[in-house]
Amino acid sequence: MTDSKYFTTTKKGEIFELKAELNSDKKEKKKEAVKKVIASMTVGKDVSALFPDVVNCMQTDNLELKKLVYLYLMNYAKSQPDMAIMAVNTFVKDCEDLNPLIRALAVRTMGCIRVDKITEYLCEPLRKCLKDEDPYVRKTAAVCVAKLHDINAQLVEDQGFLDTLKDLISDSNPMVVANAVAALSEIAESHPNSNLLDLNPQTINKLLTALNECTEWGQIFILDCLASYLPRDDRESQSICERVTPRLSHANSAVVLSAVKVLMKFMEMLPKDLDYYGTLLKKLAPPLVTLLSAEPELQYVALRNINLIVQKRPEILKHEMKVFFVKYNDPIYVKLEKLDIMIRLASQANIAQVLAELKEYATEVDVDFVRKAVRAIGRCAIKVEQSAERCVSTLLDLIQTKVNYVVQEAIVVIKDIFRKYPNKYESVIATLCENLDSLDEPEARAAMIWIVGEYAERIDNADELLESFLEGFHDESTQVQLQLLTAIVKLFLKKPTETQELVQQVLSLATQDSDNPDLRDRGYIYWRLLSTDPVAAKEVVLAEKPLISEETDLIEPTLLEELICHIGTLASVYHKPPSAFVEGSRGVQHKRLPPRAGSGESTESPDVGQSGPSEAPPAVIPSQGDLLGDLLNLDLAPPTATVPSVQPSMQMGAMDLLGGGLDSLLGGDIGGSPSMGAGLGAAPAAMPASLGSAPAVGGGLGDLFDLGGGVGMPTGSYVAPKTVWLLAMKAKGLEISGTFARRGGIIQMDLSLTNKAMSVMTDFAIQFNRNSFGLAPAGPLQVLTPLSPNQTIDVSLPLSTSGPVMKMEPLNNLQVAVKNNIDVFYFSCQYPLSLLFVEDGKMDRQVFLATWKDIPNDNEAQFQIKDIHLNSDVASNKLQGSNIFTIAKRTVEGQDMLYQSVKLTNGIWVLAEMRIQTGNPNYTLSIKCRAPEVCPFVYQCYELVLKN
Amino acid sequence: MINDYIFILKAVCHTLTQTSSHQVLICRNYKGDVDMSEIDHFFTLLMQQEEEGLLCPVMSHGNVHFLWIKHSNLYLVATTNKNSNASLVYSFLYKLVEVFTEYFKELEEESIQDNFVVVYELLDELMDFGFPQTTDSKILQEYITQQGNKLEVAKTKVPTTVTNAVSWRSEGIRYKKNEVFIDVIESINVLVNANGSVMSSDIVGSIKLKTMLSGMPELRLGLNDRMLFALTGDKGKTTVTMEDVKFHQCVRLSRFESDRTISFIPPDGESELMSYRINTHVKPLIWIESVIEKFSHSRVEIMVKAKGQFKKQSVANNVEIRVPVPSDADSPKFKTSTGHAKYVPEKNLVVWSIKSFPGGKELLMRAHFCLPSVENHETEGRPPITVKFEIPYFTVSGIQVRYMKIIEKSGYQALPWVRYITQSGDYQLRTNT
Repeated sequence: MTDSKYFTTTKKGEIFELKAELNSDKKEKKKEAVKKVIASMTVGKDVSALFPDVVNCMQTDNLELKKLVYLYLMNYAKSQPDMAIMAVNTFVKDCEDLNPLIRALAVRTMGCIRVDKITEYLCEPLRKCLKDEDPYVRKTAAVCVAKLHDINAQLVEDQGFLDTLKDLISDSNPMVVANAVAALSEIAESHPNSNLLDLNPQTINKLLTALNECTEWGQIFILDCLASYLPRDDRESQSICERVTPRLSHANSAVVLSAVKVLMKFMEMLPKDLDYYGTLLKKLAPPLVTLLSAEPELQYVALRNINLIVQKRPEILKHEMKVFFVKYNDPIYVKLEKLDIMIRLASQANIAQVLAELKEYATEVDVDFVRKAVRAIGRCAIKVEQSAERCVSTLLDLIQTKVNYVVQEAIVVIKDIFRKYPNKYESVIATLCENLDSLDEPEARAAMIWIVGEYAERIDNADELLESFLEGFHDESTQVQLQLLTAIVKLFLKKPTETQELVQQVLSLATQDSDNPDLRDRGYIYWRLLSTDPVAAKEVVLAEKPLISEETDLIEPTLLEELICHIGTLASVYHKPPSAFVEGSRGVQHKRLPPRAGSGESTESPDVGQSGPSEAPPAVIPSQGDLLGDLLNLDLAPPTATVPSVQPSMQMGAMDLLGGGLDSLLGGDIGGSPSMGAGLGAAPAAMPASLGSAPAVGGGLGDLFDLGGGVGMPTGSYVAPKTVWLLAMKAKGLEISGTFARRGGIIQMDLSLTNKAMSVMTDFAIQFNRNSFGLAPAGPLQVLTPLSPNQTIDVSLPLSTSGPVMKMEPLNNLQVAVKNNIDVFYFSCQYPLSLLFVEDGKMDRQVFLATWKDIPNDNEAQFQIKDIHLNSDVASNKLQGSNIFTIAKRTVEGQDMLYQSVKLTNGIWVLAEMRIQTGNPNYTLSIKCRAPEVCPFVYQCYELVLKN
Repeated sequence: MINDYIFILKAVCHTLTQTSSHQVLICRNYKGDVDMSEIDHFFTLLMQQEEEGLLCPVMSHGNVHFLWIKHSNLYLVATTNKNSNASLVYSFLYKLVEVFTEYFKELEEESIQDNFVVVYELLDELMDFGFPQTTDSKILQEYITQQGNKLEVAKTKVPTTVTNAVSWRSEGIRYKKNEVFIDVIESINVLVNANGSVMSSDIVGSIKLKTMLSGMPELRLGLNDRMLFALTGDKGKTTVTMEDVKFHQCVRLSRFESDRTISFIPPDGESELMSYRINTHVKPLIWIESVIEKFSHSRVEIMVKAKGQFKKQSVANNVEIRVPVPSDADSPKFKTSTGHAKYVPEKNLVVWSIKSFPGGKELLMRAHFCLPSVENHETEGRPPITVKFEIPYFTVSGIQVRYMKIIEKSGYQALPWVRYITQSGDYQLRTNT
């Protein structure tokens, strides 16, 4: 007889019957009854009314019955908290049972009963189980600490369970170690700044030893934990890598991916000229390729990650193109991902093969796949110049098939090819025009219209073609309407005599009949331009367009770095930072790759640079929704922006903006507590005039004032050496390196512009994207003389903090656009937060005390500053140079406690307590702030200042 | 690395209304983060994506993410609202299928309902608070048994294996006759373009063990030098290089990394000791040339020539050559030089089977189909020709087992047996039409 019979009783009065059976004297009958209860529970019936009767069965020596009752408890305890107490006694008793299976079962179930009242009764049994002689019980108890922490974090901390858990990392049993690591990592995730894991070379060594012995899952916990460690130097990094590489041979794909994550991260610290670095690169390729023979879902995860790895280190898989060829029976999601990677790996060496494959795919039946394949052909043309001609002819062949969606995709990509290679392939226009009627998708129509407008002088019947579109103007999508407007204006400027009527028609359609503001405004601008100064109109509308860059869809570098740290996880599958899809992770510190080995060296690996420009990772074109997108829209782009898809829709940034990130940054003096509000209001009066007022908001005048007054200031503020921000190879020969400084209350961006191209550069301009603290150039970029080849010019750009504010990730990220006569270039850099520490940041003692108490403890973050050999006075002087003010000093039992305050340009106060023990080179720093996001960055400044 | 729930669902098809819905067969909540009713969104998303033909193994609704796999008509779904380790989740779901299959022979709706108590027990033991625990079904079977345990202290001790460093083998195993069977199996994957050029080819090899040894034996596997050089990546001395080697949990990876010795304590019974991948240009062992001529509205003529490109002494067994035909074809006629051909209309295939195919031989098959005069408007894909075969006593890579040393403290004599076989893996040849 099987268990399925329990599902069949559905008579009326069933609950009543069950109640009787549960209270039966016969053990067998009892067990049968509990099984029936569980069966009802499984199919979703409410059997909570039987709670007391089921709990009565708990005291049994039958293991199966006990398990069933426990299962019932887990499900219903929450809805019956008062009755759940009844079970506590049995739990406590079971935790001392002779049989370790029962002890473990009890401790495992206890943690799953999420009833607050019960938790305190669980502490004693849990404490015993954590020290149990049987490893099976210990490993179960380790996980139980994480469960309990999830229900009542304070209790776990008060009871000292965290320390016991940390001790378990040194347990003799590998499975216990693995579960302890997993539990600690889980707890640490909800306490981003707690130094919970406290990884040091000794613990790392223990973990690496356990790694060899535990189960596959344990290995993953340990590897994921290792990935969050930051080795002290490249030697340590190498030795960890050496001990992790054997995991690449594990049969479980998840172990392999976690090992890849550790290696990708720690590799960053290895010098590139090291032999071992090359060896490691070679070792990574084969396991990645093997992942493609796993189950399709695992293949999908692997492919999404390979996509990241290929962008970060293209050299690893550059010879492995063939393995990404699509198989007929691959699921569609695998096919699409493979296609993406094929394009990324396409190079002059393999382009012939790739094209042959893509052409094959373009004749398949799956519409989405075919579309993507056609687009891929276009992207190859743009990426590998030598193949452009072949790509174009392939596309023409495909257009001849007359398959509707193939034709439309082909036209969209041909438009891009025209942008990349102007005046080269226009002979195909005639073929394109033949297919005008079959275009029914907005993107394809818009592309076709753009082509007609752009090459109006070579298309005899351009006016007829465009006129035909005009008939249904109001039914078109905005994209098409805008394109049509621009195209007809272009046509008019090229052939004014025959097309006057047409242009008037479209202008009136756009300005009078349309209620779309974009369209109307563009219409008016054209109208006015045409009516006031046709010559200027010609210059504006027919201006030469910047060439489009060779690669699109690259992930922005800082995001890429973060995603590399999340290899194998959902973030790497979505290609989004965890903060974008996990609730409550906003305050969590973003993971970063360790600092690159040899910081002076350029950011590209040398072998990529040598392999020719076609393979070099080119500059990122901001894709739709990218923050940089709205920079482009401001005024740097030519007015005939031919990429209407660049909409200022900011996905992630905007969400943060609304989600309260901004509030916490600005909140200090807008709606904050009185003690904080006093800061800004009272400061100018209290401070001596020579120190100048804070350039807090719109500090143009204040800045000037400061310039005079600030000369007498202690000039101790640390300025980092310049680093390369923009590589010449990514910016058509313009190299930019720079650093930030705060001199006498003025924030300055020191830039070195180097012209590595062959021609003279002029017309420099700079602009910042919105950023967390509203940094913006306070004046134009002063490059007055043209920059001739091989010349370097140093400029200091004063910055204000009155620009538009938007929270960035990381907080101190700054996205910059620099324009010259050649093109617009984008890069992002990070500034030390000390830039924003204002001169009047010394808080009154009383206010300090009150504020310290007022800020909740959750906002406190603790850090270690290691290897500082300064006494407290020297340290305090040094810090004062960077506007970190010591308010009070206390000496207790050989410890110096320094109380310090810092004020940011936007009025946020940061309070700090620094503990210095005589003879101990490690300082302990506690930082409290109402906007806890800034704490890690303030800590960075402390480190920088004290170490330099 | 955390998931909240594991659900096992089934798809219910209402044949009358042509709609399908889903039903939760069993579920287990590991954490309290996600509400159980969220699973309803999974159904909706799944149906939506199925309609659009854009299925994806990860789906999300709000901040709940669903990671799922399908096993026959069951869906195994894990939910999470954190940045979980996705590869771990999928590995675990597949492990779940493996464990259930070993317990119940077949994982299907009935076996779950028939054994729901054991399923609950297993779910409890396999994962705790979202962390996978012991998943080795041989070890699990020692303390989670079908009949339900009576509490006799002796029987229900935790097997030490669960937490041991050797978590895959129990102590005290006894065999009358001590033997190990070693199978070396190589699968050939080939992708050939319509114009006859080999786009990609590789060998996926696997060494499988069937261990019937007493006690806790220490085994050391010796391979021929050619192979060992390949393992070390020493390209000077060999023409083959192993791209990647994967080992069973039991092989000491750090030992292999340092001196290339494959040493291990084997799991009992059947297991895969190692697998490897060789990326080499092997000549496709069975070469196919095909001419498929389609005369619209009248007929299709197919000519397939198969050539055995392997040693004359060897024979390929159970060869099956599957040739695609249009879905509206009918009235098949075949002519074959050897073997026999069969039309499988539900798969739109002609299957040409040849019992034994000696090396160096060339065989021929012709097929003729009629096409209806009214053309089928649906565009059809162009499935490739696929080939299945087995060649015993032969490996493409030349791998050989030189020795298998078996040392057990009781000092018994044990016999190793070795077999070699080469078979087709993913063997595809694209066609012109």
